[in-house]
Parts: sequence; structure tokens; C-alpha cells
Amino acid sequence: MSTTWPLWEVFVRGKRGLNHVHVGSLHAPDAEMALRNARDVYTRRNEGVSIWVVPATEITASSPDEKDPFFAPSGDKVYRHPTFYAIPEDVPHL
Amino acid sequence: MADDLELRFERTVQAEARIEPRDWMPDGYRKTLIRQIAQHAHSEIIGMQPEGNWISRAPSLRRKAILLAKVQDEAGHGLYLYSATETLGADREDLTTKLIEGRQKYSSIFNYPTLTFADVGVIGWLVDGAAICNQVPLCRTSYGPYARAMIRICKEESFHQRQGYELLMTMMRGTQQQRDMVQDSVNRWWWPALMMFGPPDAESTNTEQSMAWRIKRDTNDELRQKFVNMSVPQAEALGVTFPDPELKWNEERGQYDFGSPDWDEFWQVVKGGGVCNEQRVAHRRKAHEDGAWVREAAAAHAAKHAPSKEGAA
Repeated sequence: MSTTWPLWEVFVRGKRGLNHVHVGSLHAPDAEMALRNARDVYTRRNEGVSIWVVPATEITASSPDEKDPFFAPSGDKVYRHPTFYAIPEDVPHL
Repeated sequence: MADDLELRFERTVQAEARIEPRDWMPDGYRKTLIRQIAQHAHSEIIGMQPEGNWISRAPSLRRKAILLAKVQDEAGHGLYLYSATETLGADREDLTTKLIEGRQKYSSIFNYPTLTFADVGVIGWLVDGAAICNQVPLCRTSYGPYARAMIRICKEESFHQRQGYELLMTMMRGTQQQRDMVQDSVNRWWWPALMMFGPPDAESTNTEQSMAWRIKRDTNDELRQKFVNMSVPQAEALGVTFPDPELKWNEERGQYDFGSPDWDEFWQVVKGGGVCNEQRVAHRRKAHEDGAWVREAAAAHAAKHAPSKEGAA
């Protein structure tokens, strides 16, 4: 029987009001142990108030090598940004 | 096509942007990184041993708690770095096997013995100090996961260095015997600490390509000089001397001149001839083998409690 524990990706919420952010990975036999190991490896100095662990195999990622075509749909839509619209300087609160 | 990929890689590195795990990268870049990061990870893991020796003999509960926290940090640093190697396709189990079979190296500094409790302080001050000198520039290394691991590590190393220096200040305020113990420890660790930066630039085979790929940011000799410049005033404040008759301020260069470490000794230790080489690897092997039943039991427990595949279908 293979004893290599599966790989988990770890996400930590630094404090209330912030998103969970990816901090690294670790090996653990199951989700509960992954959480405990994540606490010991990634939050020894109050770096987090909440941890997510996700099996690395369950993550679907876009590839950086496909960057240009994949993100092209947003590239030419400058009208999505507020700076696209010229408003006279003297109009307040806009 | 391959040329396009290579060009894009070169451009990303030149622009000081980071290479990320799924980017195309030259085979040599990947191999060099795996070798360097694994060696670094192994150093953190083996590095637990010299100081771990003193946990049960620390002179007070305060020192014991500090030393435990520090050694636990070293384990954590090893894990951040192993995690970074896995983003390059390395296998954790394989790296551990290579370490305990002596096929991958770790920093030679950990093959020196810790003879007195003063060594705990000197390791924090000089060995971790040299490690910080090496590691701060690596926070800007071109491979993203490595750079991010180094940022976390550098934040934590600062505690390591300060606790060591504070320990030594305490001993220097003690008895003459304690002061002698500190000086003796400094005498034994100074040269090995200087060797931590690696061989002189003229003999360093990996430096040039690693600098071009921005894996390495400064040469061995540049970092060694920086470390000497930083350490001399710290030694003066502490009231100890370094065992180097050639060490003196050079007004013209605006830096300290210093002697050359014994490179024959360096290569001898690298090749396995240090005082503790065998002991360190044997201890790591024993810990790994003694832990096998825990890994098996935890895996069996997880398999038993996993939701059945059929039920989920």
C-alpha cells in the first residue's frame, strides 16, 4: 500500500475582512490532518483566523502559457473602466 | 516554437517578473532550482539536529521554550521549501530518499558538533546571521514559489538571530567561565560560518548561469564580505573577537579585509569527512524509518473513513 499522503493546497484568511490567500501546500492523510498540519506549518505566528485546505488534484487552473488568448476577452473592453468616460472637471462627486 | 518559449522566458526574467510553476522553463533552470531548493530544504531539516541536542539540557524553561520554537521553525522552513520543489515536479518521498541515501547534500555547517550551550547562541547569531545574508537576496529570486518561501523564512530568521545574540549577551554578563565558553564557541564557528557562502567566486561552478537566470542575486564572495562587515561591530558590542589575525578595517575599500577560510577543510566536510556527517544522516534515516508505522496507520485510517466511491456515484 502506498503511504505517500496526498498533497493539499492551503489558503489562509489573514484577518477578518480579508480573502483567503494561497500560502503553499502540504501532505496529509485526510482533510482533518491537513487542517492541523496547515495550522502548525503556516500559522505559527497568528498569520490566520481561518484556513481552507483543498486536495491539489481538485484544483482546475488556467495555464499561464495560454495567458494571452484566454484573457483576451477583457483586453479590448476598455469601457469597463471608469477612466474610459470623460467627465468635465467641475462636475462634483463623480 | 521552442525559441518563442525561450524568448518569452528570458524576457520575463529580464523584466524582473517571476516565473510561475506552469510557465515553460528551460530544463536546466528546472533542474538547478530543484537541486538548490532541495539542498536548502534538507539543510533546514538536518539543521534541527545540532540545536535539538540542547533542548532537554537548556538551562531554564525560558531558554527551552525559545529553543523548541526555533527548532520547530526550522522544520517549518524545510516544509515550505519542499512544497516549492513540488511545484517543479519533484516528489517529496524521492527527495527524502535521496537525502538519507546521501545522494543530495545539505549545508556543511550542520556537520559540526554543538559542544556547549554557548553554541546555541553562536549558531543563532553567526550561522543564522550568515543564512540571513544568503537568503534576503533570494526573496527576489526569479522563481515565484521559491521567492515567496524565502520571504516567510526571512521574517522568522530574524527571531532566530536575535535570540542567539541575546543568549550570548546574557552569558557575557555572567562568570569568566561563561565568557570563555562564548569566546571558545565563536572561535570554533567563525570559519565554518564564512564557508556557508560557498567556495570563492573563481571556483564556483554554478554561479554564472544562476546569476543570468536570476536564481542567485549576489556572488559568494560579495555575500561573504557583507557578512564580515556586519558581524565585526556586533562582536565588538558583545566583547568577543574573531580568530582571524588578518581581520582589519580597510579605509581605502571601506570594508574589512579578512583571511581565507581553510578550503581543504570545506571540501573534506562537503565530501562526507566532517565530524558529524554520518551521525546526521543516520539520525534522519532513523526518524524516517521509525515514523513509517505512523504514516501507514494514518493512511489506513483515512482510507477507512473516506466516503465510498460507489456511494458518491
